[in-house]
Amino acid sequence: MPDVRVANLTKKFGEITALDNINLHIHDQEYFALLGPSGCGKTTLLRLIAGLIEPDSGEIYIGEKRVDNVPPEARDIGFVFQTFALFPHMTAWENVLYGPRVKNFDLKKAETIGDEVLEMVKLHERLDAYPNELSGGMMQRIAVARALAAGAKTLLLDEPLGQLDAKVRNEIRYEIRKMAKDLNLTAIHVTHDQAEAMSISDRIAVMKKGKIVQVGTPQELYLQPSSLFVAHFIGESNFLEGSVVDSSDGELKIELRGGVKVDAVGGVGKGERVVLAIRPEIFAVEVGTHRRKNTLRGKIDKITFEGTFIRYVIRFESQDSAVVIRPSLAETWMSIGTEVTLSFEPEKAHVFAYPAAGLMEEISV
Amino acid sequence: MNRRTLQRKITDALNVLSSKKPVKCTMYLTAVILFFVLILVPPILGIAIKWGTIQEVLDQPQLIGRTLSAVANSFAIALLVSALDVLAGIPMAWLITRGKSKWLSALDTLADLPFIVPTAALGYSLLLFWNDPQGVSALFGGSLISPGWLLVVLLHFTFSYPVVVRVLVGALLDYKKEYEQASRTLGAVPFMAFRTVTSPILKPSLIAAFIMSFARSLSETGATFIVAGAFENGPVFLQNMKQGFSDGLVTQATYEGATVFASVILIAISCAIFAFIRIFGSKLKLPFKGMWPNIERKLSYSKAAFSRNTTTMIVFVIIVLLPALFVALPAFQAVFTKTLPDAFSGSGVWSDYWQSLLLSYGLGAIVTVLGFIIGLPMAILIARKKLGKSLSALLDILVNIPLIVPSIALGVSLKFFWKDSFPLMPEMLLLIFAHLAITYPYIVKSMAAAFERISMDMEEAARTLGAKPFSVFSTIIMPLTKYSILSGAIMVFTRSVSETGATVAVVTSLRTAPVVIVDWVKGVVPATSLEIGLGCGLLILLSFIILFALRLVTRGKGRY
Repeated sequence: MPDVRVANLTKKFGEITALDNINLHIHDQEYFALLGPSGCGKTTLLRLIAGLIEPDSGEIYIGEKRVDNVPPEARDIGFVFQTFALFPHMTAWENVLYGPRVKNFDLKKAETIGDEVLEMVKLHERLDAYPNELSGGMMQRIAVARALAAGAKTLLLDEPLGQLDAKVRNEIRYEIRKMAKDLNLTAIHVTHDQAEAMSISDRIAVMKKGKIVQVGTPQELYLQPSSLFVAHFIGESNFLEGSVVDSSDGELKIELRGGVKVDAVGGVGKGERVVLAIRPEIFAVEVGTHRRKNTLRGKIDKITFEGTFIRYVIRFESQDSAVVIRPSLAETWMSIGTEVTLSFEPEKAHVFAYPAAGLMEEISV
Repeated sequence: MNRRTLQRKITDALNVLSSKKPVKCTMYLTAVILFFVLILVPPILGIAIKWGTIQEVLDQPQLIGRTLSAVANSFAIALLVSALDVLAGIPMAWLITRGKSKWLSALDTLADLPFIVPTAALGYSLLLFWNDPQGVSALFGGSLISPGWLLVVLLHFTFSYPVVVRVLVGALLDYKKEYEQASRTLGAVPFMAFRTVTSPILKPSLIAAFIMSFARSLSETGATFIVAGAFENGPVFLQNMKQGFSDGLVTQATYEGATVFASVILIAISCAIFAFIRIFGSKLKLPFKGMWPNIERKLSYSKAAFSRNTTTMIVFVIIVLLPALFVALPAFQAVFTKTLPDAFSGSGVWSDYWQSLLLSYGLGAIVTVLGFIIGLPMAILIARKKLGKSLSALLDILVNIPLIVPSIALGVSLKFFWKDSFPLMPEMLLLIFAHLAITYPYIVKSMAAAFERISMDMEEAARTLGAKPFSVFSTIIMPLTKYSILSGAIMVFTRSVSETGATVAVVTSLRTAPVVIVDWVKGVVPATSLEIGLGCGLLILLSFIILFALRLVTRGKGRY
């Protein structure tokens, strides 16, 4: 039951640094996600752990064993490819049995294992079909079953749900997590879909441009983002720019664009430029003008019905805007042009120093 | 009316024409009719006409024995050479596509070299290298390999090696590495991954490469004749018969009878073999179970890879490359003697050399252009399955037939057909028809393969944007297939320039460059070794220049 550790890992492709001095420790039997936008290095990291590519420098450990020079077939890993990579010249059944047969298990034992894993992925039909005859969802289950049948204790998944349609994706992701937990596997799951990562992972590493930006549980990442990028990439955030006019003991008074002053909490000094990140659900909304702590006044500019929620875009006098979401069935809907007062609690806004490269650059994917 | 307006008007006219169903149908119908009338039917009918002459052979038991033994030799050599070519080609293709050194793109080009050497020159070059005191034999005191079956094997191995490597490199480049990676993550060592996953997936290409080498070995005449000595395979036997007839040692009836007899057996057995491969090839499965896991493990890692790469390079350099280029040696020697000015002044043996070169290249150009014109609609029919799945597959098979017919047999039967039906047909036209028949499959296959690789999505996108069929073809398909078409054109051109067997069968007065070279080597025309060397060298140089120029034109364009 191995943990996985990488130390000072670097990988370059020509001039491009795909991974820049990465350090990460994934615990035994953890369901761990590598999350980030395209090009952040998450697939590169996964492939380095699998042994499909070699690092330029650094160390990789699976369990107690250092594996950077060990070929993939000797690392005891299972890998689920984004494109499934089912062998086109073998039936679904033969694909699943490949791992056990490579290990020279006798046919009976291999077939027993095959039956067990297919039971786990809930696929009993079309086993005599070739991959090009199967639907995306079936191919995905076969790909997972094949990786599990090989018996490895570390499961690596490279965007396993990327090729599936939305409904199927939402169902299968929980099944994969359940399988990994039932088999006591250490799983590393690469994805660019933050909702997917948040819903099934024990911990997540958010990556950007070859570096790890923050590691934590889904709650930690959502409630305590360590950077503007994480605040933006995980869930949604409104960004309001301003500067600190008063600071004492961690309590800040910030003047936003347009002159509005709000209270917040953070360790930034007086006179510094800041960005406030406020999640849409943090704002309280009232029709009309009200005096509350931390109020922002504006008009409703746009309304979008999203099923469970209604999304309101409110434009302030300073021409900044904010997104607010309210449950669609729990209260009366407001209409465009309505004047509203938004308020929020100081501790619930995150304060970040204004990034040197500019806000857009910092949160861009 | 300026040029642009004229161009515009022509394009518009073609677009209008191409949208009309009757016009398209006529074009395709013409292509199919031309295929049958010019390419497929004449050789078959040619043999049928002379069927009666077989009796001459059946009356001479010794001749029967000699014919059968020659045919058996042909198949034995073809099988051996094809197996060796594929076995040697796989590690070479692997090295070119997977190797990490920057010299490997140079290797890719080098591997092509034997292909551009016209086969007659290649035969002479190998003869020099292996047999002549100037070559390796100098190290062994006395000729290392005399003309005979071994030299024929080496020759056939060498000229098919580039074709096999090219097919396998193409297959490996198209092959998705993920399959191999998947099998390794499932615990397979690299050699086992190759055995159980990679090679089954590449099987169609392996079979295609095998068939190409096999067909070429069966049909090559000129160079084989140079290196065969007393050994007889099918084409050499037919060549000997022709020589015997010219020398008055063999009657016309016997000559024609032997030709028909040998050709019929060669064609029948070849067709049977290819049908067999086509039907059972896809079902052929190597057993999964690894029998020697320790050996497979040893074969997989760096020491084994190093020795494999070293052996591959040694085989390539010593058996393929050096012998193929060895004729450059006497060519260089000739440059510093009187031979060079003699060559340019056209004196002595050189009197018909330049004429023959001109004839060869002119013929090659005509055949390439004509072939593309009549082959293009056929390629579209096959690639886009316009006649439905089964008819298109049938056409595909029929187009292959001239490939498997030994070129000298093809030439002879064509002569029987055309000369007997149209006694006044000019020899040049006969020669064009013969070369057209031989090169037609290369043209259609390379174009069809290129068209097939272009997804229908692109054509459909162009049509939804308003492009008429002709515009779709000229603005989308042609630019994307340029590289393949040009590669096909190079193959066709070099094949025509190399073609010897059909040429000698079909015409008596016209001599192409390979025919001249063969005559010089065999002593029919007395020529010194320097003269032969220079003659071959100039032929190779010219072919190389043409190839290089064509490569430059297509360099850097996307591979399709």
